[in-house]
Amino acid sequence: MHGTRILQEADRLMTVCNSCRYCEGLCAVFPAMEMRRAFSDGDLNYLANLCHACGACYTDCQFSPPHEFNVDVPKTLATARAESYATYAWPHAFAGAFARNGLVISLVAALSVAAFIFGFAAINDRDVLYGIHTGPGAFYRLMPHNAMALLFGAAFLYAIVALVMSVRAFWRDIGEPVGMTTDAKALFQAIRDAGELRYLDGGGVGCFNEDDQPTDRRKLYHHLTFYGFVLCFAATCVGTLYHYLFAREAPYAWWDLPVVLGTLGGIGLLIGPIGLLIEKWKRDPVLVDEQRMGMDTAFIVMLFLTSITGLALLLWRETASMGPLLALHLGVVFALFITMPYGKFVHGIYRFVALVRYARERQMMGE
Amino acid sequence: MVDLTRRFDVLVIGGGNAALCAAISARRAGAAVLVLEGAPKFYRGGNTRHTRNMRCAHDAATEILTGPYTEEEFWQDLLLVTGGQTDEELARFMIHESKDILNWIVEQGVRWQPSLGGTLSLGRTNSFFLGGGRAMLNALYRTAEQLGVDILYDAEVIDLKIDDGMFLSAALKQPVGGRTEVRASTLVAAAGGFEANIEWLKEHWGEAADNFLIRGTPYNRGSILKMLLAKGVQEIGDPTQCHAVAIDARAPKFDGGIITRHDSVVFGVVVNKLAQRFYDEGEDIWPKRYAIWGRLVAAQPDQIAYIIFDSTVVTSFMPTLFPPIAGSTIGELAGKLELDPVALETTIADFNAAVRPGTFDHTILDDCRTEGLTPPKTHWARRIETPPYLAYPVRPGITFTYLGTRVNRQARMLMKDGKPSANMFAAGEIMAGNVLGKGYAAGIGMTIGSVFGRVAGQEAAKNARN
Repeated sequence: MHGTRILQEADRLMTVCNSCRYCEGLCAVFPAMEMRRAFSDGDLNYLANLCHACGACYTDCQFSPPHEFNVDVPKTLATARAESYATYAWPHAFAGAFARNGLVISLVAALSVAAFIFGFAAINDRDVLYGIHTGPGAFYRLMPHNAMALLFGAAFLYAIVALVMSVRAFWRDIGEPVGMTTDAKALFQAIRDAGELRYLDGGGVGCFNEDDQPTDRRKLYHHLTFYGFVLCFAATCVGTLYHYLFAREAPYAWWDLPVVLGTLGGIGLLIGPIGLLIEKWKRDPVLVDEQRMGMDTAFIVMLFLTSITGLALLLWRETASMGPLLALHLGVVFALFITMPYGKFVHGIYRFVALVRYARERQMMGE
Repeated sequence: MVDLTRRFDVLVIGGGNAALCAAISARRAGAAVLVLEGAPKFYRGGNTRHTRNMRCAHDAATEILTGPYTEEEFWQDLLLVTGGQTDEELARFMIHESKDILNWIVEQGVRWQPSLGGTLSLGRTNSFFLGGGRAMLNALYRTAEQLGVDILYDAEVIDLKIDDGMFLSAALKQPVGGRTEVRASTLVAAAGGFEANIEWLKEHWGEAADNFLIRGTPYNRGSILKMLLAKGVQEIGDPTQCHAVAIDARAPKFDGGIITRHDSVVFGVVVNKLAQRFYDEGEDIWPKRYAIWGRLVAAQPDQIAYIIFDSTVVTSFMPTLFPPIAGSTIGELAGKLELDPVALETTIADFNAAVRPGTFDHTILDDCRTEGLTPPKTHWARRIETPPYLAYPVRPGITFTYLGTRVNRQARMLMKDGKPSANMFAAGEIMAGNVLGKGYAAGIGMTIGSVFGRVAGQEAAKNARN
């Protein structure tokens, strides 16, 4: 017996699939399933996070609905996956954030933006807030650099700690001992599999989304989103290095590395999320965990807002709008950081960890 | 909407591998093609839904095949499984064509995968569809649609107008729209056998057929086959025979497919409802003797049997859809199976007493056997003595039937007087009996479907032009 109804259903499906195995060439989920004859909660959460929701196994399955065996692996694993985020959330008191995630993220984002706007207004005189600031340190005339670094450093640190604790629980539950650093090969394999989204390809033809034609472009949009995010993060890191190592203060010229990285990343973070949202709305409900639409949408919108407010700041940083735009951008980014452990962001972490586990299992099976 | 008032060049009846290969090849040859699939869209494709691989000859290893499989070796395998009940000319033609099918089917969008896990024994001879038979069908349908083949589902053909071996039209009945007369210059019949037609099965098996489970969809009723035979087409294949394996008795009446099968027979003993053994469970290696158990169970009272084994062998075979029924004693297990406990205890005790020591190896015909027992278990005999004791109830699971229409190398039907039909072709299970008089070898049904489907489509298109 399993802890939840959805894990019970996932167990039933994996039992059906394990006696068929026609899908074993499509992705990592089915070969991983074949290494087991019975499934613990942890096994099922592992398989759920290994699934990339490409939809191929649904379209290819002779037992999918309306067949009485009612085999719908993508939807079942999507639901189990979302519930696993709450299961492993740290501290557990915040697990409830996953249940009404769209609402929670919206509220946090709104409060965060409001706090920055009021904060800016409270600290700064009106002519500073709406003043035109240029040259090195322009941003820090509105908010001192140390305050900014401290606030965001603390938020980021908290997110990291919460994520590490969650992943640790997941890692243990799926049957791995703590301390995976020794296995560089599996880690490298997982980085490759995640980096190229190897399993988001419908077994080779592309993913299925609105119907049984493999016309889905989520892989492209996801690449734009993910690598956009990485570039933006790199921009922040380079900026931090500039500040502390070379005492070069933001804002930087348009040709300077942080701006180039941020702009390129920002463009990816505009197109990617829009594409993902459109594909999501087109997706056949039979493949989707509809209860989690709010969580998915909230994360996509937050990434989009991060990018658009950042780009707006870049465009109008030498005008009187800079102050309000900076408050807006910082508010969105702050909300993104502190909600990272309690929203769709975690999908990437868990899936990556599942891929590491899968690479290790393949090694152990002698492949 | 499909315009049914026009006259088509080629009418394909059926919706599986053979039908789609015929439709695609006819369309590629320039014909206007209509496919009438009797099943709803989800259940399209007949038995192809449940297939997984195809047996094709090849002279060298490929990316997905581990070694060569020559035409001669294929022919010898076919001779072996059919006991010589095959048309050599057609069979050799099919085997030769199968080489090219390996590539042709990929050009139609079907994708292969290397054989994995549980299928390694077929890695040299058989090519596996990535995602299985329904994935293969989906690819063929996509290609057919892109080429402009017209396809109708829920399209039941209730009558064929045939005059002296010449197809004139088909009467189509649809849930919406009622009866329509469909005209076409040529006909390709690729509508499968009659395995889902219990009344027809009863003609040969009597009331026992009521207890048969059908592994494919309820739509394989053989109505097209029956019409063709009634209108002068020559028949081939044993009308009384069907391919039957032992499948789990808890499986649904129709369409349980591959996942209800049991390959655990060799690891235990099989008893009937009187708790008596009735056949040598260790006669030969799986999958060679896999197919005899359906027929053996069909001959037992109430067409039910039980595979009995103990907890030591549970991991020796693939995980099963339905869990085994368990008991801590043989008597308790018998109670759960509603068998006579004393009879089952006696059967198992007699079996255990007859087991001689040996070295167990399930990959060869080992020396673990019984002595002085009737029937004997000639290999892999080990005592059933470690609780919990386990059982799978099994019934005959019918895969396909052998009766079909006689064809020549063009896949053209032959009439009772031996003359080729003017414009009627057949492909797939409906004519498989030409090549496969009895028995079965994994993946051969798909070879017959693709090879004769492609030929039938080409010939029908050519015929329509003239």
